[in-house]
Amino acid sequence: MLHLPILRFGQPYRSLDVATVPDFRTRKPYVSVSQANGGLVRRDLLPQNQAQMRKALDALPVAELIARTKKAAELFAHETLPVGDQAQTPADYVRQVSATTGLPHVMVRRNLEKIRGVMENVDVVLAGLTRGLPLEILDSGAGEIAGHAMGFAPRGDALGVVLPSNSPGVHALWAPTIALKTALVLKPGSAEPWSPYRIIQAFLAAGMPSEAFGYYPTDHASAGEILRRCGRGMVFGDVSSTKRWAKDPRVEVHGPGYSKVVIGPDQADDWERYLDVMASSIAENSGRSCVNASGVWVTKHGRAIAEALGERLARVVPRASEDPEADLAPFADPRIAERISAMVDQGLREPGAEDVTMKHRGGRSRVAEFDGGTYLLPTIVHCDSPEHPLANREFLFPFASVVEVPEESMPEILGPTLAVALISDDEAFRRRFFASHDVHRLNLGPVPTQRVAWDQPHEGNLFEHLWARRALQRATA
Amino acid sequence: MSTTTIPDLTAAAATARERLDAHVREIVQWHFDPATGCDFWLDWAKQAGWDPRQEVKGYADLERFGNFQDEWLRGGPVRKWVPKGYAGKPVSLFETGGSTGVPKARINIDDFRTDYENFSATLPDQFFPKGADWMHIGPSGPRRLRLAIEHLAQHRGGICFMVDLDPRWVIKLIKWGEIEMVEKYKKHVIDQALVLMKAHPNIQCLFTTPKLLEALCERASLKQLGIKGVFCGGTEMTPQFHRFAQEELMEGAYFAPTYGNTLMGLATHRETGPDEGYAIVYYPPAPRAMIEVVDKEQTDRVVGYGETGRVRLTTLTREFFMPRFLERDEAERERPCERYPWDGVRNVRPFSGFATTVVEGVY
Repeated sequence: MLHLPILRFGQPYRSLDVATVPDFRTRKPYVSVSQANGGLVRRDLLPQNQAQMRKALDALPVAELIARTKKAAELFAHETLPVGDQAQTPADYVRQVSATTGLPHVMVRRNLEKIRGVMENVDVVLAGLTRGLPLEILDSGAGEIAGHAMGFAPRGDALGVVLPSNSPGVHALWAPTIALKTALVLKPGSAEPWSPYRIIQAFLAAGMPSEAFGYYPTDHASAGEILRRCGRGMVFGDVSSTKRWAKDPRVEVHGPGYSKVVIGPDQADDWERYLDVMASSIAENSGRSCVNASGVWVTKHGRAIAEALGERLARVVPRASEDPEADLAPFADPRIAERISAMVDQGLREPGAEDVTMKHRGGRSRVAEFDGGTYLLPTIVHCDSPEHPLANREFLFPFASVVEVPEESMPEILGPTLAVALISDDEAFRRRFFASHDVHRLNLGPVPTQRVAWDQPHEGNLFEHLWARRALQRATA
Repeated sequence: MSTTTIPDLTAAAATARERLDAHVREIVQWHFDPATGCDFWLDWAKQAGWDPRQEVKGYADLERFGNFQDEWLRGGPVRKWVPKGYAGKPVSLFETGGSTGVPKARINIDDFRTDYENFSATLPDQFFPKGADWMHIGPSGPRRLRLAIEHLAQHRGGICFMVDLDPRWVIKLIKWGEIEMVEKYKKHVIDQALVLMKAHPNIQCLFTTPKLLEALCERASLKQLGIKGVFCGGTEMTPQFHRFAQEELMEGAYFAPTYGNTLMGLATHRETGPDEGYAIVYYPPAPRAMIEVVDKEQTDRVVGYGETGRVRLTTLTREFFMPRFLERDEAERERPCERYPWDGVRNVRPFSGFATTVVEGVY
């Protein structure tokens, strides 16, 4: 069986503790993954070791790190790279990610392209995140811009990232870290060890110093050690697994997004024009991203919108992993699908909500078996009140509630929302969203919530997470 | 699995078995004689309606007792466990568990001294020099370790320095999610140990738990501290931890992992390395205690060699008789070896058959 080792300062280390990850369809072991013991993680992340990791990158100018990141982008997407002691072509990678996560090949390829795109355009991404800062300032630590002294200090030597298994697209978020002269310590998701490993291999093949990379598949407790020990951190997960880090400024938390499509009062009567935007916001990437919409909030026509979306999304059905038309991902663990569906049903037992997709499914369960995989079929719920327990919920499949609310209650009533597709030309209405503390990303006009420009900050600005502006004064001549 | 050649241990094993059977007869005689036994077992025999002194001829006959219930050890009166044959002797009480509810308690008179003196004979003098001082970093309080490590040090001509850690508090902190406080407490413990170890150069031997060993080695080099031998125990150890300790923490010091508890005594390890996957192999201090690996469902059936099962302990001393106690651990059954011609256990770990998670290895 293929084995993925730990990478300690870029060097493979085969642990005596091994976890096997099954093929989602056959449930037979597919890959074994070395597991790092807690002491090993802590020892590798001693401050002096993190300093050495960073030092390896600091020896290279940012311009060179950017050039090598671009090269790594091509290698990641197109070349054969090591995976354990075997070779992995891009096609192998797609097949392997699909085997353990259930993601259809077409979705893995789309996510691969997303990661490649960010790495290939890392200079554009960094220009956006730094607002055009001449990045050579990070090489010297100080410079001058428009007559002002400018200094920056790294906030930490390494970024520790605790990753999810749901979709490889999230790796685009941390991929620019190396170009920002910060070492990477990655804890892969248990079902998706592939992408972080392959990205590291691409970086190494592009000439990045191996010392700058750590790859530590491990248990929950040691994942916590990574976040606790690294100078900076990033964690993905549900509310219960990330709440511990919510108040730690060193750690950027990527939890549920509660993203929404909002149709303003000026566009409300034209809602049918925006059905595609709503449907793709909800269902693209099988609804697995935090930027997928889990709500459509409107000022009127809520019932009609729900019915139309229900009819549209009920056409989305399971297909074979290799089918280029596949747009629904199964659950690697069937029990999770059952559990999620039970949570939806529990919500529906509260009066005031209706699963409008039910009739299009012929009254059958939203849990569907197909070709050995367990799927959750897209579900649209019409809620007659924003107070309903299902009105503002997020699940790991194409699920959304359609909620009708008074114009004046928005955006406050939306609550914390990662991405809003705001369909309105009403300036006053838009301004209220600009002033909101709770809304993070704003896509103005009919731009789906999951359409992400990577030069924009996402749940925090990676540059500002890794670097701090330093007050700098020089003696006058 | 072991790749070493298995020597013919038939004769040695038979001799050990005869010794065990004789020991069982002697211990059963003692515990069920109204003049020497304790109230608990004398009452038990009355209710059971049979006389173990007449019917127990050897170790296999202990099956008639069924499984020892650890609930019997919770709550008082604790004097029900003191054998009348030891009336008037100073009694120590050692507890196990106890993070919630009433802890299990076992009385002790000299057993811990005997156990640790026997164990001492297995330690290589080169790495645990006679006359060297010891550092104990770990649980003390109501636990046997409090007196046992000190006695071990004294038995070897040393003096024992001690830094306490309260595992019940650590378990509570973990349950409350106070991980930062756990870290602070661990640092507080290691800070104290480092002060002592730096101030007293004759400290050459260390007892600590796996987690505290890691924490110590994150702060200092064992070699620079002058530590030559490490006796490590108290919680679960994995082969990966064993390897990690050997390869990255010991710096030439000897690593002696142990498996033991208040109820049984102290099992001794057999040295293993990369050829055996750094397996942690223990042998009980027969005939004073036995460890068996039994079927998880049919707990009166000992599994085959190399097979996995639940750990079953039997303690056979004049101070304490505990037949067939099902531990909260599982392991593989290990073949006898030349030094220990009786069954051992390999890679002991928390029993996977429990419905709830056992908080383990926290200190």
